[in-house]
Amino acid sequence: MSAAPASAPGSPPAEGAQARRLTEFIFRIRELGIVIALVALILVTAILEPRFVEADSLRNLALNASIFAILAAGQTLVIITRNVDLSVGSVVGLSAFMAGDVLSSHPGLPWPFVFVLGMALGAACGLLNGVLVTLGQVPALVVTLGTLYVYRGLAFLWTSGRQVNAETLPDSFLGLGTDSILGVPILVLIALVVVLVVGQWLRDYRAGRELYAIGSNPEGARLAGVRSDRRVLTAFVLAGALAGLGGVLFTARFGTVDATAGTGYELTVIAAAVVGGVAIFGGTGSVYGAALGALLLGTITSSLIVLRVEAFWQQAAIGALLLLAIAFDRLVGLRVDARLRRRSARRAG
Amino acid sequence: MPADSAPPAPSTAAARPPADAAPEGGSARLRAVAGSWEALLVGLLVVTAIVGQAISSEFLTTDSFTTGSLDFSEVALMALPLTLVIVSAEIDLSVASVLALSSALMGYLWNQGLPLELIMPLCIVLGALCGAFNGVLVTWLGLPSLAVTIGTLALFRGLAFVVIGDDSVTDFAATWTDRAFGNFAGTFIPNTMVLFAILAVAFGILLHATPFGRSVYAIGANEEAARFAGLPVRRVKLILFVLSGAVAALAGVVISLRNSTAAANVGQGFELTAITAVLLGGVSIFGGRGTIGGVILALLLLGGIQKALTLSESISSYWIQIVTGTLLIGAVLGPNIARRVGEARRRHAHHQQEGPA
Repeated sequence: MSAAPASAPGSPPAEGAQARRLTEFIFRIRELGIVIALVALILVTAILEPRFVEADSLRNLALNASIFAILAAGQTLVIITRNVDLSVGSVVGLSAFMAGDVLSSHPGLPWPFVFVLGMALGAACGLLNGVLVTLGQVPALVVTLGTLYVYRGLAFLWTSGRQVNAETLPDSFLGLGTDSILGVPILVLIALVVVLVVGQWLRDYRAGRELYAIGSNPEGARLAGVRSDRRVLTAFVLAGALAGLGGVLFTARFGTVDATAGTGYELTVIAAAVVGGVAIFGGTGSVYGAALGALLLGTITSSLIVLRVEAFWQQAAIGALLLLAIAFDRLVGLRVDARLRRRSARRAG
Repeated sequence: MPADSAPPAPSTAAARPPADAAPEGGSARLRAVAGSWEALLVGLLVVTAIVGQAISSEFLTTDSFTTGSLDFSEVALMALPLTLVIVSAEIDLSVASVLALSSALMGYLWNQGLPLELIMPLCIVLGALCGAFNGVLVTWLGLPSLAVTIGTLALFRGLAFVVIGDDSVTDFAATWTDRAFGNFAGTFIPNTMVLFAILAVAFGILLHATPFGRSVYAIGANEEAARFAGLPVRRVKLILFVLSGAVAALAGVVISLRNSTAAANVGQGFELTAITAVLLGGVSIFGGRGTIGGVILALLLLGGIQKALTLSESISSYWIQIVTGTLLIGAVLGPNIARRVGEARRRHAHHQQEGPA
């Protein structure tokens, strides 16, 4: 593009800008699409059952989506690099039990310490994943499927059947999961901050942009001088740390935890990211989209409950939505490809 | 665990030099690698047998084979077509959900008063349809199978709950539940293992001795080249997904009869165990490589480890997950490290050769 003005001043940069506008538009439309679906869903549910838009019910909805939004933000970083982290649910379980166990056995401990501990534990889990993927050259699917088992097994070994109860936890800690500041639940505020910080980092910072480069063209990124291994490792460590954070928040919200905390979360989290426009084969998507995806999945669950649709439909609905989202992305992708091809054909002719 | 993981390193290293010695013959080298992989699994099996026997004197008995293999029947069945799917460089995460949907439908139709002889084929047809649904999305719409089958994992499991809810059906005809639970003609081999053996032979022949099987390898190794070579890539993949769905549904029938219970929550997480078995069996997650024989050995190994750990009184059964996960990662990591060491050694040798000249 930088060489283009020399050959035909004026027109090629305009073409480039147009192409950029087009892709930007598609991206915006992608996130806009989820927002529209979200609004439509809330409206329809509210019309059928006005209780749905009462403050209490909306608050619950936001609380439920918060932890998933944080996890989806971490997952997005990994998926963008053309990898995947299936161990997220197990890391949540490990960190959740750790937080509960430490706080109930050391009541005097200031609770922020548990957050540091939980994120460090998560980051360590992520580091192991990342090292096996980058240095060990084992596919991420295999590594994290394996660590899904290992981390869960460690959680079971650690708890050996025990369970942490809410009564043994300090009130100030449990308050994080229930209290509000200016009417906004603290948990939601934490999720918003995390999503914004991680989202901006991925969108605007060099390290973040390089994750996209690695995901859309690994070889090209390497030739362009991107230190892929280091970046992928960073993505895994960050995703692990966020899963650790999610685990601590899980304990704050639910109070009672055992070794099964977060079982099966990995699929919901990946579904949230993919519904939010993060392509499973890397290079496309945003943290904001993934967080919106988490919110949409949470809203569907809540609205089905409010509408007294049998709870059994929830899982089927999530699955169907995921399939719709990837089919939609594929069709849009084909459209854009065709358009860009036509355009370059015109330019050539 | 340390005892389990120690032997692989030396034995891969030992198997390497001959493979590296003949870099010209690509297929010979491939065969040597595959051969060494299966030898490694056999070695691990022997270690498991020794450790298992040390843990409990009941380990190497026909009785423990009967119960151990019975508990592993469904995963073993699902791993067979999954092997072909993964060799073709796709994946099917929805198998355990198809199993549940099949179980749920079985319970529902039984409550409607249909005979089992009619219900069972219907369930398998349903499973084939589920597989076809996956296959159409993957081949016709060109969607990644990882994303599609995560979606249908949720969808089919959800539909299983829609069909039967929280209920479970437990009053199946005893003639069939006895058959599913019983042993083959007075031996210690469970009937379900006979079923597995028949299907294993069938899938082994399909993958290793038919043009169809060769095309599965070709597609997995290089899909574009396979298409240019005129192979019906879409049709082959569609057939593989249909087979995977049908066998998963059959596994659903088996587990319902074996436990005399049809329920929607059955077999949660089985997809991961089945995939672990396939990858541990030496099938490449990137496709194009692997054998049914390796997968059968891996199934024996996983089943053996599980049985040994459940038999032991001092070792917590939670170790099963840790051992399974470690084996899965080790299965890919081990050869990678061996290859790197081999390459480094070859470079070194090359260097020394060039030095004096």
